[in-house]
Amino acid sequence: MTQTTPEAPMRRQRAQVKVRTLRTDRWWLVPFLTFLGLSSFLVYGVWAIIDNSIFVEPYIAPFASPCLAAATCPEGAQLFGWAPIGDWYTLSPGLLILALPGGFRLTCYYYRKSYYRSFWLSPPACAVQEPHGKYTGERRFPLIIQNVHRYFFYAAIVIGLVLAYDAVLAVVHKPLGLGSWILIANAVLINAYTLSCHSCRHITAGRLNHFSRHPLRYRAWTFVSKLNAKHQPLAWASMFSVMGADFYVRMVAKGIIAFPYA
Amino acid sequence: MSYKAKFKVWRGEGGEGRLEDFTVEVNEGEVVLDIIHRLQATQAPDLAVRWNCKAGKCGSCSMEINGKPRLGCMTRMSTFDEDETITVTPMRTFPVIKDLVTDVSYNYQKAREIPSFTPPAGVRPGEYRMKQVDVERSQEFRKCIECFMCNNVCHVIRDHEENKTNFSGPRFLMRIAELDMHPYDVADRQEAAQEEHGLGYCNITKCCTEVCPEHIKITDNALIPMKERVVDRKYDPLVWLGDKIFRRK
Repeated sequence: MTQTTPEAPMRRQRAQVKVRTLRTDRWWLVPFLTFLGLSSFLVYGVWAIIDNSIFVEPYIAPFASPCLAAATCPEGAQLFGWAPIGDWYTLSPGLLILALPGGFRLTCYYYRKSYYRSFWLSPPACAVQEPHGKYTGERRFPLIIQNVHRYFFYAAIVIGLVLAYDAVLAVVHKPLGLGSWILIANAVLINAYTLSCHSCRHITAGRLNHFSRHPLRYRAWTFVSKLNAKHQPLAWASMFSVMGADFYVRMVAKGIIAFPYA
Repeated sequence: MSYKAKFKVWRGEGGEGRLEDFTVEVNEGEVVLDIIHRLQATQAPDLAVRWNCKAGKCGSCSMEINGKPRLGCMTRMSTFDEDETITVTPMRTFPVIKDLVTDVSYNYQKAREIPSFTPPAGVRPGEYRMKQVDVERSQEFRKCIECFMCNNVCHVIRDHEENKTNFSGPRFLMRIAELDMHPYDVADRQEAAQEEHGLGYCNITKCCTEVCPEHIKITDNALIPMKERVVDRKYDPLVWLGDKIFRRK
């Protein structure tokens, strides 16, 4: 059977194969699982914003930290007792800071790959034809905004330090509490993911051409490069850890989890 | 241990053609290129295939095996089930000359558009003094065997022929990164990468890295660092301000 097709003249010289791909493996599985994983994070994030059980001594839910609103943050939940947003703000405290870690993940080089593949199918998998007729990449608005990633990285460093502080405080006040160690594990993963960022790698020394003139920055770059090689697993691990830690604290706050060492 | 394998091989000229069915003997230890050669020797003497070293070092026998860009000489038959039908087609992004042989001159054209290594004025060959630590990062990119499978799999041109004019593909963006990271290169690579070679088209979906037979981390070590350098240059006001204040070049 001849497989010639009346395609556009510009493409006439390529091998004309009618099917979208000749791959015989389950290429659709990874984008499908990625779609489910990222969707679950989005759905959980929406619920976490609506839910108000953000604090139970000494735990604060990671999605709501740093808690900056005077009206909706219990006193113990406020960072150093500091609540710069006045009584006028009565919505979820998580809404105030959501854009920072959310923006960091949205513009992250790994997450970009994952959602371009699984949500936008551009492409869904390697050597599988994408369904779009036109492609302009990250050269134009809105995708050119992805270049702001390093600014979200700076913010993510601050958020990571706050989560580490929350976790240490929990361990100090309740060293035998399961929640304290869940928060510690989450803080480690969040900070490892943040430091493994490609922008971090660039800022430490990636932008230099003479490593030998900057030995300390080169050592930092070497360390970040090792972490960077694990950026994908760290992205997933920290995403599930922050969801898990947040959910755990809310369940304790609601009294649903109530054993002595909770 | 030999068996009869079922093959579908794309045959045709100038883009028009079809998948032809073959049943061919396979022996232990053979690779796909061996089977293509057996087809030439026994059933299809005019079957065209480009090959050379049979050792994964020349990059000649790039083809698509069961839809995936692979080197024919490095794809072992033992990775397939004996009852599996194996489909072999030419690289899809480039025009077909005949059967499995494609015209890859697009790549040579793009290579020519990149200015070669440009040392500072007054430094002559033989006077370069570099430490290993300064050059080893870009030495990874020198492993490239120019099989062009990264450019073949990149959806920017694979699915959008019209982008070929403005996009040089991962192979040559990696070449630009290699030169930009070189301690003695003074040419303006960052502006050229974004404006002339289409770095902004790349949406870092990493297929180039997945198919590279030399396992070069094209995306993580070349394209993303290059994107970050372009951000320094074009999109980051703080870096711009720092350059002005500290008179950095």
